[in-house]
Amino acid sequence: MARMQRRDFLSLSALAAGGALLTTRLAFANASRRRQRFVVVIMRGALDGLAAVPPYADPDYAALRREVALRAPGTAGGALPLNGFFGLHPSLVFLQQCYAARELIVFHAVASPYRDRSHFDGQDVLESGTPRAHASQTGWLNRALTQLPERSTGELGVALGQNVPLMMRGPAGVSSWSPSKLPALEEDTLARLTDLYAHDPLLSVRLADGLQADAIAAEEAASTPATMSAADTATRAPRAQAYGARYAEVTHAAAGFLKQDDGPKVAVFDTTGWDTHANEGGAEGQLAGRLGALDTGLATLRQELGPAWNDTVVLLVTEFGRTAAVNGTRGTDHGTGAAAFLLGGAVAGGRVVADWPGLSGHALYQGRDLAPTLDLRCVFKGILAEHLGVPARALDENVFPDSAGAKPLRGLVRA
Amino acid sequence: MLPEAGGEYNAQGVTFCRGGVNPASTGALEGYVLSSGAPRMLEPSNPAIAANRFGQGARPGDLANIGADGRDWLRAQLREAPPALAAAQLRPSAEILAEGLRLRREREQAKKSGSAANPELEKLGQYLKPIYTSEVIARFAHAASTERPFVERLTQFWANHFAVSIDKQFLAGLAGSFEREAIRPHVLGRFSDMLLAVESHPAMLLYLDNHLSVGPHSQAALRGERRQSQRRIGINENLAREIMELHTLGVGSGYTQADVTSFAEVITGWSIGDDRGRFASGTPGQFVFHPELHEPGAKVVLNTRYPDTGVGQGVAVLRDLARQQATAHFIATKLVRHFVADDPPAAAVKRVAGAFTAGEGDLVAVYRALLDAPESWTQGLSKYKTPADYIVSAYRGLALPVEAGKGPLAPFELLGQRTWSPGSPAGWPDRGADWDGASALIKRIEWADAVGARVGSHRDAAQLAPQLLGANLSEATRTAVARAASAAQGLTLLLAAPEFMRR
Repeated sequence: MARMQRRDFLSLSALAAGGALLTTRLAFANASRRRQRFVVVIMRGALDGLAAVPPYADPDYAALRREVALRAPGTAGGALPLNGFFGLHPSLVFLQQCYAARELIVFHAVASPYRDRSHFDGQDVLESGTPRAHASQTGWLNRALTQLPERSTGELGVALGQNVPLMMRGPAGVSSWSPSKLPALEEDTLARLTDLYAHDPLLSVRLADGLQADAIAAEEAASTPATMSAADTATRAPRAQAYGARYAEVTHAAAGFLKQDDGPKVAVFDTTGWDTHANEGGAEGQLAGRLGALDTGLATLRQELGPAWNDTVVLLVTEFGRTAAVNGTRGTDHGTGAAAFLLGGAVAGGRVVADWPGLSGHALYQGRDLAPTLDLRCVFKGILAEHLGVPARALDENVFPDSAGAKPLRGLVRA
Repeated sequence: MLPEAGGEYNAQGVTFCRGGVNPASTGALEGYVLSSGAPRMLEPSNPAIAANRFGQGARPGDLANIGADGRDWLRAQLREAPPALAAAQLRPSAEILAEGLRLRREREQAKKSGSAANPELEKLGQYLKPIYTSEVIARFAHAASTERPFVERLTQFWANHFAVSIDKQFLAGLAGSFEREAIRPHVLGRFSDMLLAVESHPAMLLYLDNHLSVGPHSQAALRGERRQSQRRIGINENLAREIMELHTLGVGSGYTQADVTSFAEVITGWSIGDDRGRFASGTPGQFVFHPELHEPGAKVVLNTRYPDTGVGQGVAVLRDLARQQATAHFIATKLVRHFVADDPPAAAVKRVAGAFTAGEGDLVAVYRALLDAPESWTQGLSKYKTPADYIVSAYRGLALPVEAGKGPLAPFELLGQRTWSPGSPAGWPDRGADWDGASALIKRIEWADAVGARVGSHRDAAQLAPQLLGANLSEATRTAVARAASAAQGLTLLLAAPEFMRR
């Protein structure tokens, strides 16, 4: 049985179950007015912000970074220009285009409330939205979805992957989707499984959501094939292209979900490989390849979203930054202050938002890391408030508990 | 067996029937038993729990053979030395790595010579892949057929506790031999012995970069300074941090950045032998302590001063880390979470941690304490299977052969748990919410369907269901399997049943 036919199965089973299971698409269909989209890319492993967004004009930067320091724009292998002080890593070609088009804000010296150097606790705080690790089994993005002004009973979010990251777990309905290499299931088997799961509160919901997501993806796949832009394939180094193909699939899928008027509003996906302890590289090398790949994937996302890009913001975040100095193995160890990116047609961009603490010995956090000067929750709150319309009170209490001191950053999104 | 157990259960007020199940936040089956009537308490140590929660999944006939007391069956598995993986083509790490180092050098020379000869560049990967494949197959075949499945589950628990990941160079070729050499021999031994074997194994040193870490005042660093090399020579704290955070004490247990830095200096010089290159020494591919890289002097870790005894300094710190209360608590929490419940019951953790401390890390005593904990035997299916659990239990349940070639690797990739690729030193996560995504469920069902189609009438699902699930088999599943439209569909329904998704 072809995958496309799952839709037929879905509508039948929805009728059979009294419509209780599968109301999602109907709920989405009512919201046909302009829809804001939000994509979160989690960069697991602690992205080196001083490599991604080099402060090449900082007097201490070159000495700290030695052989992996990036040079000023205009020199061979130099950074891409931003504002005369900060640059972008030369792999981030698409991001630089976004900056020039005023569709990118770069944040620097940011951090979640977490101040130690464990990836796993750092990611927990980043995703849960709580001040301490392991304080919540649900994520801030999911809790925000429960506070949207227009309520819906359907799936508002989708995780691109088999499972749902903590940031997106919680009471609001979310699904996950990843491409399948196995033949689709027969209607009769699905009907029997739906029955078999009827009294299982977890599996009944998961099965319905999974089939729903497959149906949307199948519909989307029938209309547009995955492509990488010709410009990208021509200008990228081969290594970046190889990684790029990996992200192209996930960004293609994300676009497929988000551009539908009755699809989910929020998508999240994981990227890994940012934990560059050794041989990190400079303008070229390990990190350069990975950044180039992600940049290519984001270009694909923009291209495939089409006009929906104008209603989209994409947030790139990591759990913490890395040491200011290069370590003994031409890499960097776990640090504190990090960089983050906000891009999209809806972003009021073309600027770097940073209260720069400097990199001199006394300015570094604990004498070794970029000191954080902006709470990431201020960024998250600004997006949720202005782009998705989440009420301020909910942000301070439910979405980010104990965070009244972290005020939303205003003006991140175009009016 | 445990005549007082019933009373203890009641006194513990075991909660196996929590209501208000939120599908987004729990993968456990707490509500499931309720739906078929009043909560039932099975006999303690029932065979289905022993085979599925503590083993690798029941095979046909297993539940009958286990007999009335699942605990005895599990304890018996701990008595003899752990089984070794037997397969002719499995090679020692040192041999694999020595050859790998040679191929890498050839590749670097090829790059330098500018010939960009692609065949040279591909050689290393081509060399490592078949090693990975034979190691995965050997491990999988053992798990699918072992008569001591508790020992195998423990082995895989420890391999994941001390995780390495094949996305780092050489690790595809070393993950399997690492598990055979550093984990398996110690799984029924002492924690500190396993810890030492792991942290001095070339696979771990490579994975967490310690072979490159150089003491800032070591002879090698001083020589570099004289040459006024632009390259900074110094420590890499990756291994030291993860030993404290992930292998022993656990994060947030009180150690500081200064402890991490100091410990990183202690283990400078723990490296890998090579006969070429900047720091040639030792036997290629084997652990070597390299005095020239070692940071000289006494160091303080966790308020204890360690005199500089060379390699002995690191051994002393590791032995002390293994003895810490925080380590006992951290290991106990992980074990109870792995076997019993996503939110580990405090009483069971306390019991297991107590055994860890009292026995000075004697792991058999630790496992016996785990089996003695009444929480281990609560009714219901408290753990959502990981993809690897799911696949192995399906192979065992249907007595499927693990064939040669790449075929048996495919399900692990399709279901999202490619062997030895957790992607981070924390290993695979161990909570239901990490694995119970909608798309992940669809993949399992699709795979179950493919297995059903392949096996077809060679197995009878209706006959297998009670043999594999025992007392956990629900009436709904029994009926669905019995009424299946075909033998193949019956198997699909059995493998996709709620009680087969959990353990």
